[in-house]
Amino acid sequence: MTPITRTSAPSFLRRAICTTDHRAIGRQYLVLALISVAIGTVLSLLMRLHLTWPEIGLPGHGPILPEDYLTLVTFHGTLMVFYVLTTAPQSGFGNLILPSQIGTRHMAFPRLNAAAFWLTATALATLLSATFAPGGGPISGWTAYPPLSAVASAGPGQALGMDLWLASLALFSIATTIASVNTLTTVIRSRCDGMTWERLPLTVWGWFTAALLSLLAFSVLLAALLLLFCDRHAGTSFFIPSGDLVGRTLHGGGNGSPLLWLHLFWFFGHPEVYIAILPGMGLTSMILGNFARRRIFGYRIMIATTLLIGFLGILVWGHHMFVAGLNPFAGTAFSISTMAIAVPAAAKVLSWLATIWRSRPEYKTAMLFALGFVSLFVAGGLTGPVLAQPILDQYLHNTFFVVAHFHLIMAMAGVFGLFAATYYWFPQISATANRPGRLMSERLGRIHFWGTLIGAYATFLPMHITGLEGEPRHYAQLTGVPGQAGHLLATTIPLQAPITYAALFLAAAQLPFLLNLALSLRNSKPAPPNPWQATTLEWAPEPSPDEEIAAYRVPCSYHEGNNGATFLPQWVSDVSTE
Amino acid sequence: MAPTPHAAPLLALRWPLPADASAHGPSLDQHLILNLWIAGGLLALVHVILLVGLLSRRRVGEPKRSWIVEYLPLSFLVLLFAGLAIQAEILWAATRYTGADPAALQVEVTGMQFAWYFRYPGPDAVFGRTAPKLVAPGEGNPVGIDPADPPGADDIVTSELVLPAGREVDLRLHAHDVIHGFAVPEMRLKQNAVPGETIHLHFTPTTPGTYAILCTQLCGAGHYRMQANLRVLPPAAFAAWLASKQTGATP
Repeated sequence: MTPITRTSAPSFLRRAICTTDHRAIGRQYLVLALISVAIGTVLSLLMRLHLTWPEIGLPGHGPILPEDYLTLVTFHGTLMVFYVLTTAPQSGFGNLILPSQIGTRHMAFPRLNAAAFWLTATALATLLSATFAPGGGPISGWTAYPPLSAVASAGPGQALGMDLWLASLALFSIATTIASVNTLTTVIRSRCDGMTWERLPLTVWGWFTAALLSLLAFSVLLAALLLLFCDRHAGTSFFIPSGDLVGRTLHGGGNGSPLLWLHLFWFFGHPEVYIAILPGMGLTSMILGNFARRRIFGYRIMIATTLLIGFLGILVWGHHMFVAGLNPFAGTAFSISTMAIAVPAAAKVLSWLATIWRSRPEYKTAMLFALGFVSLFVAGGLTGPVLAQPILDQYLHNTFFVVAHFHLIMAMAGVFGLFAATYYWFPQISATANRPGRLMSERLGRIHFWGTLIGAYATFLPMHITGLEGEPRHYAQLTGVPGQAGHLLATTIPLQAPITYAALFLAAAQLPFLLNLALSLRNSKPAPPNPWQATTLEWAPEPSPDEEIAAYRVPCSYHEGNNGATFLPQWVSDVSTE
Repeated sequence: MAPTPHAAPLLALRWPLPADASAHGPSLDQHLILNLWIAGGLLALVHVILLVGLLSRRRVGEPKRSWIVEYLPLSFLVLLFAGLAIQAEILWAATRYTGADPAALQVEVTGMQFAWYFRYPGPDAVFGRTAPKLVAPGEGNPVGIDPADPPGADDIVTSELVLPAGREVDLRLHAHDVIHGFAVPEMRLKQNAVPGETIHLHFTPTTPGTYAILCTQLCGAGHYRMQANLRVLPPAAFAAWLASKQTGATP
């Protein structure tokens, strides 16, 4: 016994704030993402309802004005892209699972890890506080193109609301940069004995590549945010041309270029979508292999394509700018680099198809969501090469065709990756120091899966059609527009109500998930030690503090002949198991 | 990559696109529809493979060699996407790599929160100087023409874009305040107007009619109602319209 004993255990609050335990921090990120996704979903439903029935007001608020609609757009995009699709897969599940998958007990920098979480939480609070700013929240969307975002007189919410948005994302960028350094260092330095690069699970490759991209992308975003802040408050002119006349405000300063912001923003923004999706791609691969009881087809190709997608991801930002005022030759160059991504992405789909081909897998909910990920990834991915052709983007740019594309591939496939992770790793999520983990209900899980899959397709497939008809994004209403434009927009109105009903159905399909979460956390039956008969180290028996952790083989080692039931986990040393 | 003959009936099926009234439009539409069929076909193919693979009996034994499963289909996809990309670049180059014909009609387009204005240079074929501090939409000078500059005296400023059918037009896009998106869906055109820059865009309207001009880059609270009409007239009617405007412009 040590001579010093505590008189009382530290309070719950103190433990929650001061914890440097990576699992606790991972859970904190997941709670933050769950709050953000709930808010972001409600905001998207308000947008859909307003587009469909613009005359209906919001109880306690009154009519939804155009600037209110654009604030909804801005908050929905910012919450979902940053606070859900960046935090949950990378920081949430990364913290919870990554150390044990590579056989270490800690992240490389536990205190920095905690600091990154609290910075992220502060960033979220800062963002939400912008709703209370005079003039309301910012209206310039999650991409915040200047001069709209650079000049306070450009619109309601572009004064203090915009400053709070900038502050929020600056904090978020710092936190994510810290987190990515932590992830990279942990993967490079803390792998256990025998955990060679080729034995790393594909989830770890996903997190590793996403962290590499985060490090590059978020540091550039931080720089861009600071420059924009200086344009707003320090009299600089990085993004504002001289003679710019917004309302009655004439910019008399130096001659900057709004296009510089577009370059900096999309140099961050495009890798960002891969940061959101790469962990889900890795997990999908591992889950397909696990439930098909097969080694993932072309494991090395999968590693190579993950890195290749990451590398190409930083060379394609210009495809967001085909009609922004680039030199047309640059359009050609960015088009070719973008089309090139179709090759490693298609290689991944082929590997997934080959892995499950004639495998008679076990359809646990996690497997269903992984299969749903493949389906949505293909459905959203196939319109990528269409939009990558500048001549077609000249018609499709900023229409609902684009909205449909990125919601299928980034939002829906990304969220399916998160659901697969939740169902698969729930024993790890729900375990505490003195209580083993629980499993989620499979019955509720199946209802959740089918509802979400049908809802996702019913919501986003018809948006391709309204996009082809010419419906632009960011329109606060489709009625009451004069001239020929009103006639054009009128052709898109018949599909609005069905899309809104589908979106409501999709949101309602999440109720079984929330119910499942609540019931499963209180479930009295502990999960078995390795419920999915998995081969990766996070399912190994908890090692005692002085025990060596080691990896003895590649993941997904199965013996054929009895339906793959004989499997060799990475942590088992005895090779002569017959 | 021209569509193969047997694909032609498929291409003829109705896609929900608005009227197509520009010279480059039909080839753009044809390429777009070819792309949509390919994307739809591959989507169906993947799902058929997925379902057949999941419903068939479990196969025991070594998997097929990777070149059949992976590299063969991948090579096919590389060729397919390369073909689509080449055709797309040919069309892109045809409309964007070179400037307008010197004989093209010159029109300046100015976007501001939340309206489009169009300026014709008048009989002298020279646009007068403009200055931001002279911009006064309420006083009939929305683009800020400098009265001290003689070439500006005969400039015509309108709130609708009127063009002759069959003649190429060279648009020079400006924005006063924030970035706007100049979009004419029925001309299959879209190009941002960026403050501080002049961006040229040229095309040839083919079919007389009235078409929608939208703003497709989020520009503020009134973004959704920032629109104008494009009126394409037969050449004689256009000449008459221009003459009527000119008599109004010269004092």
